[in-house]
Order: sequence, then C-alpha cells, then structure tokens
Amino acid sequence: MTGTSLPEHPDFLWRNPDPKPSYDVVIVGGGGHGLATAYYLAKNHGITNVAVLEKGWLAGGNMARNTTIIRSNYLWDESAGIYEHALKLWEGLEEDLDYPILFSQRGVLNLAHSLQDVRESRRRVYANQLNGIDAQWLEPEDVAKICPIVNISPDVRYPVMGATYQPRAGIAKHDYVAWGFARRADEYGIDLIQNCEVTGIDMQGGRVTGVQTTRGPIAAGKVALAAAGHTSVLAGMAGLRLPLQSHPLQALVSELLEPVHPTVVMSNAVHVYVSQAHKGELVMGAGIDTYNGYGQRGSFHIIERQMAAALELFPIFARAHLLRTWAGIVDVTPDASPIVGLTPVEDLYLNCGWGTGGFKATPGVGWCFAHTVAHGAPHPLNAPFTLDRFTTGALVDEHGAAAVAH
Amino acid sequence: MQLITCPWCGAREEAEFHYGGQAHVPYPADPHALSDAEWAEYVFFRDNPKGRFAERWVHSAGCRRWFNAVRDTATHELLAVYRPGEPKPVIA
Repeated sequence: MTGTSLPEHPDFLWRNPDPKPSYDVVIVGGGGHGLATAYYLAKNHGITNVAVLEKGWLAGGNMARNTTIIRSNYLWDESAGIYEHALKLWEGLEEDLDYPILFSQRGVLNLAHSLQDVRESRRRVYANQLNGIDAQWLEPEDVAKICPIVNISPDVRYPVMGATYQPRAGIAKHDYVAWGFARRADEYGIDLIQNCEVTGIDMQGGRVTGVQTTRGPIAAGKVALAAAGHTSVLAGMAGLRLPLQSHPLQALVSELLEPVHPTVVMSNAVHVYVSQAHKGELVMGAGIDTYNGYGQRGSFHIIERQMAAALELFPIFARAHLLRTWAGIVDVTPDASPIVGLTPVEDLYLNCGWGTGGFKATPGVGWCFAHTVAHGAPHPLNAPFTLDRFTTGALVDEHGAAAVAH
Repeated sequence: MQLITCPWCGAREEAEFHYGGQAHVPYPADPHALSDAEWAEYVFFRDNPKGRFAERWVHSAGCRRWFNAVRDTATHELLAVYRPGEPKPVIA
C-alpha cells in the first residue's frame, strides 16, 4: 500500500490554538450560537481578543442534532423581531461567510388539525403579516399543491384542515453553518479552543474575572454563556439560579431516498416535523421527552408516536427505514422564549432558554448577543428577553405559536 | 422501554406514567407576604441538576396515584421511589 490513491487531507478551516492566559471576552460553548457571537463580535464591534471554549468538539452538541428548520412565523412582536432578523441574515449568510451553507428557502407548512388550530393559525398569520413576515393561510387543497405527499383525506384521525405557509422559510446544512462561522471567526484571530470544559467561574466583588477549565485558568474581561442544555450547570458555578429545565429532544433520519418532499411540514398537534435533507434523508423531529434529562437520548415511545403521526400524514413513508435516532439537550423556559442579556453578576452575559428553537436563530442571536456583550447593554431585539421578566411578569408566551415544535 | 417502579403497583413500563417535575416544593406558607421575587421563585424557578433529582411522577395508566422518585438525570437511572409524605431517602 503506497497510499497514492488516498486524497490529501482537506485544508483545516481553523487553527487549534492552546488557550492564552487572558482574553477580553470568553464565550463558553462552541456551538452555533457561540461561534456566531464570536464572529459578530469581531465583524460588527472589532473585538477580536476572544476565545470560544468548547468542552467537546466544535458544534457537536445541539448544533449537530437539530432538524435545521429556519422560519420566523412566530406570534408575538418580540419573537417575530429576533427571528425575522435572523432570517434576513440567513438570506445573505452564504455570501457573508463566503462558505456554502446549503440554505434552501423551500417554505414551511404548519398544519392545523382542529378548529382551534385553524383559529390560532389564522391569528398567527395576521400577526405575522402585521410584522412584515411572509405568512399565508392555505386551505387543504393548496397544502396538497405545495406538498403533494401530504395526506389531506378527511378520513384520518387528525385531518389536515389547512396550514400556515411561510415561503421564505427553509433549511440549511447545520454543520456547514457552524464551520462557516468558525472559519471566519478564526480568520479574525479568535481562538476556538476545543476539549476545554469550564469547571468554575471566577468572581471578585460581584464581577466575573475569568473561568477555570480543564486546560487551566483563563482570565476574562467578560464571560458570555452560550451552552444551551448545560446552562443551568454553568450558571450555578456563578451562583445564578435560572428558570430553565433541561430535556432530551429527539430527532431521527431515514435512509437516503429519492427527492419526494419539496418543503418543510410541521404539525404541533401530532408532534412531528419533517423535511428532506439535500442528501436525501427524511429528517424528522419529535416533541421533547417530558422528564428532565442530560443524557442525549430519550424514550422510545416518543419516537413511536412521532412515527405514527408521520405515517398518517405521509403514507408514502410506510416502507422507509429508520437509519439513526439521537437526542439533544434543550433548555426550556416557562414561557418558551429565550433569555438573552445581562445577569446580576457584572460582565457575565447569558444566552440560553432557546429550548427547541435555537438553530434558526443562530445568526440573529449571534448578532444581538455580540451587541449585548460589546456594549454591556442589550440590542433592542433581545431587550425583551431578560432574565427578570419572570419576576416582573413581562413574559413572551410563545407556547401557543411554538409549542413543542419550534 | 424503561421500567418505573410504582410504590403501589410495582414495576411498569414508562409509558404508563406522567412526569411532574421537582418534588418537595411546598406551597408558600403565607402567600400574601411574598415579594415578586419570591413569587417568581415559587412559580417559575426549579432545580435543574445534572445528576440526582428528587421528582414527582404519577401512574396515570395504572393506580393514578402520585409518588416521588430520585433519578439521575444524566443516566436516567431510577435510584429510589417513595410515597408522598415519606421523607426523601438518603442514597449512598
């Protein structure tokens, strides 16, 4: 064996530096949100003495485990604001990052299966339209025109009574998104440090001064948490108690199939959402497992129900084989909206609580969180998503629009 | 499927149960005296440990009674189940 037939290793997209003793900003969590925040800190605010600390490998947590759905058709103004900001960034992201992310605006259908669903869906369409978001209400026959494989027969347990449609919604290749952000952040001189788990947060006089890690102590002017499901554990190191519960959220893919599914279909009522990846797998997500869990795996009966729902909606999937299942750990807030902003600890910033909906927000939250960290004050788009809304009562209750399926 | 031991019925499949979140969260003794922050704590804030967690379950498709369990949230292993009113068991 000479090895001559093996291809050369592709160029690395980022360096793998050792941590320096000190940074202006340390971001904890090297997923999509952490990498996007690092990128926009450099690009929008000129802050490049930044480290992103990742306990595993870059984008190996929820960034690798989501179902890649991107949309902005949320009910409330606050949510529509940040998700639509994200969607607009998605629309220029490939050019901005100079990296292919396979962003495909194939539209998303949110199905309605009951009169209550229909009323709430139409209300959401009107709210979206007032916010300048491209939402439409479709009758069942129009649903079938957009996605012919959806079963619109009235003879099923939960018939399709219509759907909301957002044509600009779609999917992207999650890994490429992370790599695109990582490469650009690295080009700005930001250190992406993998296998570096934060084990403590150093504070002095109510102010954060650095972190303890498995690769030694690192001093920091500011610390920004972007650790999704593990945020409660991290925040606890700074004495912060958060209104979060961590749950497994399961997803799965089929074997590679011919292109049969032209759009994204979500159904909150029967707890399933489906798209077909560029490669050909059907990608399906479920509802969360109800119990708290950090195990990155969930219960089988959740998948069983999800498949039952998918089969009723898409009879054509009956002979498809399941290839892989997995779970990510999602941090859920009581109002199903994120927490992005300041904390009672000076120079410690919080981005968490995205629950089941974090992927679609990636560029938007990176943009706003970077602004928050750079200025020590929230961007107008994340200003409503404070920690103290759970005390003041100014909740952004997205359970109605987001429910289990973000 | 994971088996959960109901303290009245014995081991049954997980799908027979529903989850009730953190156990041993008492209703405020004097609700009128609570500040906004204390109400927020009672209504919205719960422990979220990675590891052992005392939590409530109900045997919905069985005896329909509530009970408490200590479960490891990282491994999903059930370490103890006990009836309401009984103290949280000490586990080595």
